[in-house]
Amino acid sequence: MQRSLSIDPDKCTGCLQCEMACSFENEGVFNPAKSRIKVFTFHEEGRFVPYTCTQCDEAWCMQACPVDAIKMNFQTGAMEVSEQVCVGCKVCTIACPFGTVNYNRDTGKVIKCDLCGGDPACATACPTQAITYVDSDATGLEKMRAWAGKTDNAQHAAS
Amino acid sequence: MAWAKKVLRVNLNDGNISSEPLNMEWAAQYIGQRGLATRYLVEETDPTCDPLGPDNKLIMATGPLTGTAASTGGRYSVITKSPLTGAVACSNSGGFFGAELKSAGWDMIIFEGKSPNPVWLNIVDDKAELCSAEGIWGQSVWEADKAIHRITGDPQTRIAAVGRSAEAGCLYSAVINDLHRAAGRSGVGTVMASKNVKAVAVRGTRGVGNIKDPKRFMQSVAEQKVVLAENAVTGQGLPALGTQVLMNVINEIGALPTNNMQQTQFEGAHNISGEAMLEPRKSDGKPNLTTNAACFGCTIACGRISTIDPSHYSIQDKPQYQQNSGGLEYEAAWAMGADTGVDDLDAVTFANFVCNEDGMDPISFGATVAAAMELFEAGAITTEETGGMELRFGSAEALTWCAEKTGTGDGFGKDLGLGSKKLCEKYGHPEFSMTVKGQEFPAYDPRGIQGMGLTYATSNRGACHLRSYTVASEVLGIPEKTDPAVTDGKAGLVKAFQDATAAVDSMGLCVFTTFAWSLDNMAPQMDAACEGDWTVERLLEAGERIWNLERDYNMKAGLTGSDDNLPERLLKEASKAAPTEGQVCNLHEMLPEYYQLRGWTDEGQLTDEVRQKFSLPG
Repeated sequence: MQRSLSIDPDKCTGCLQCEMACSFENEGVFNPAKSRIKVFTFHEEGRFVPYTCTQCDEAWCMQACPVDAIKMNFQTGAMEVSEQVCVGCKVCTIACPFGTVNYNRDTGKVIKCDLCGGDPACATACPTQAITYVDSDATGLEKMRAWAGKTDNAQHAAS
Repeated sequence: MAWAKKVLRVNLNDGNISSEPLNMEWAAQYIGQRGLATRYLVEETDPTCDPLGPDNKLIMATGPLTGTAASTGGRYSVITKSPLTGAVACSNSGGFFGAELKSAGWDMIIFEGKSPNPVWLNIVDDKAELCSAEGIWGQSVWEADKAIHRITGDPQTRIAAVGRSAEAGCLYSAVINDLHRAAGRSGVGTVMASKNVKAVAVRGTRGVGNIKDPKRFMQSVAEQKVVLAENAVTGQGLPALGTQVLMNVINEIGALPTNNMQQTQFEGAHNISGEAMLEPRKSDGKPNLTTNAACFGCTIACGRISTIDPSHYSIQDKPQYQQNSGGLEYEAAWAMGADTGVDDLDAVTFANFVCNEDGMDPISFGATVAAAMELFEAGAITTEETGGMELRFGSAEALTWCAEKTGTGDGFGKDLGLGSKKLCEKYGHPEFSMTVKGQEFPAYDPRGIQGMGLTYATSNRGACHLRSYTVASEVLGIPEKTDPAVTDGKAGLVKAFQDATAAVDSMGLCVFTTFAWSLDNMAPQMDAACEGDWTVERLLEAGERIWNLERDYNMKAGLTGSDDNLPERLLKEASKAAPTEGQVCNLHEMLPEYYQLRGWTDEGQLTDEVRQKFSLPG
């Protein structure tokens, strides 16, 4: 089974545990500035939205890379950047329509989510299940279940 | 480790900014944040100095766990001498500012002297510069936040600022960070404004590393997060209802101070409760509460994000209050609601927004309005002083009017900015002031919860619930249930809570974890992160050392044992509410035993034995 990160912004509280887990896993420090997943706060609306790479199958970043530094990990489905090969040209950061590939000035390479090799630290750290790691073929299942519950006419009539 | 080991020193007299190593010998004794910054304050200032003069210093300090993944590890404190109490001030705040400061590579900032012109401090990692605040001075916190974000051009800049109330000299002004988190009490914002510092902006991209044993730390963090999640208070009550979970609980036991503490139960309590914040309103079908929100790293997420009813009178023509912002927490809802007799949830939320926008402590503000209302009803204040407004208990219009006046220091707002003690003295009724050491009470009536009487009387920063929250034991049964009506055993309970809390406040963690955690849950995280061996015993010892250091500062500042007292009303006027009927606070049954347990003299002075035991300075 291939799995994907599933994000439910309604459950997010903006605590940044995911950003700390990500930066610690990948950089060895607690540093939201170096996290591959970001939580955006829309203060006036009272909303928090975690956002990261969705691992496109035909990934723009992979296609744009002139040195083939981005390759799919067939075990996890993640598009992974090879630090040895990346030359820091940043073309992938332009190609990605979602902005989820970013340059790291400390290393001169780009960084993006690699699903931590199949055990994403952000999902483990999330205290509210706003970020979960689920069957890729059923990312919408929980949302369907929630909406299904709301269309139960019999229950509405009874209450 | 875990400490950044660097202090940023800002001399406001000459604009000189320097970096110096953190005193690690002191860190081993005082941990960080509250304890360590107090140690610096004691070393560097004269306790008798004028709190609003250039000789006072203002310290913004993080703890060793601030900025780490430890749940709630995002706290910082502002430490200085208080203009409200004349005692040491230490106000703790969450949000994101503290972790950002740590991530920029600093444990603390020490401001000294006074700037000749209004300035703001801009920190980007190891670079810091003072910038002219011309054009920003005179703005509200929210306006200043916007203006500074425009200048830095970085939405990730975290900002702590003072509002117009602080500039106008209101004695209980807060430092507000991240728009609606507050280092709220004791007028720390007033001190910042007195130094001509409008704001501190920080962007940190270095992160927090140097964890002693990363693997053990992450394991401990994960285990302790589960403890918070599985606890009924931190896992369910606080996320769902916030601290407002307490409004109905405290009212029901007859310990909700009402109408300037004249009564102990409030008819309208439900209308301003956490439950009421969830009820859809008629006008737009939405509840007051939009969502809960977390501070940095916090897996509890008790914060409230709220809106005001769009049809409410208070926000017509005021677009800044017609959107989501930081909503009511229990203490604020009590002070501006029950204590003023106002049960209009939207009016109280409005006053809360104003407190955030213009940087006032909502507890002291609400309690001061309550005192003003009692003065008005007694005829000591008239419409002549207020310019026409009738300050009657229960008047939402009076509350929202007072908030705006105090926020800008306009007209009678200047009087309200004096705080309850000085206001009541000015109008000839000092007995109406519900304060200890000049600081207003929070939301638990000590006639109904005896331990809180001793807590308030002996708190090193004046009346305060956060110095030893015995409500946990006396009402909620955490860690074990004690009878709120009895004084037996409360001296020991208060001391134990005071010492443990001083340690919590010095590590960088939030005291709300203590509904589920004890030091047993914190010591393993501290020990895995920080150099040295950190056991529960060592944390408790540090906590007791910190408590004595603060006490010593206060005694040198001129306070005495006679300041460990409560207003006559709480000692002599019995509660009339059924559950606590006939009760007064029997402080004097507890105080002598408390002094004894502390090892102090009968007059509450530190002894040489205590000084030696904790190696206190001077």
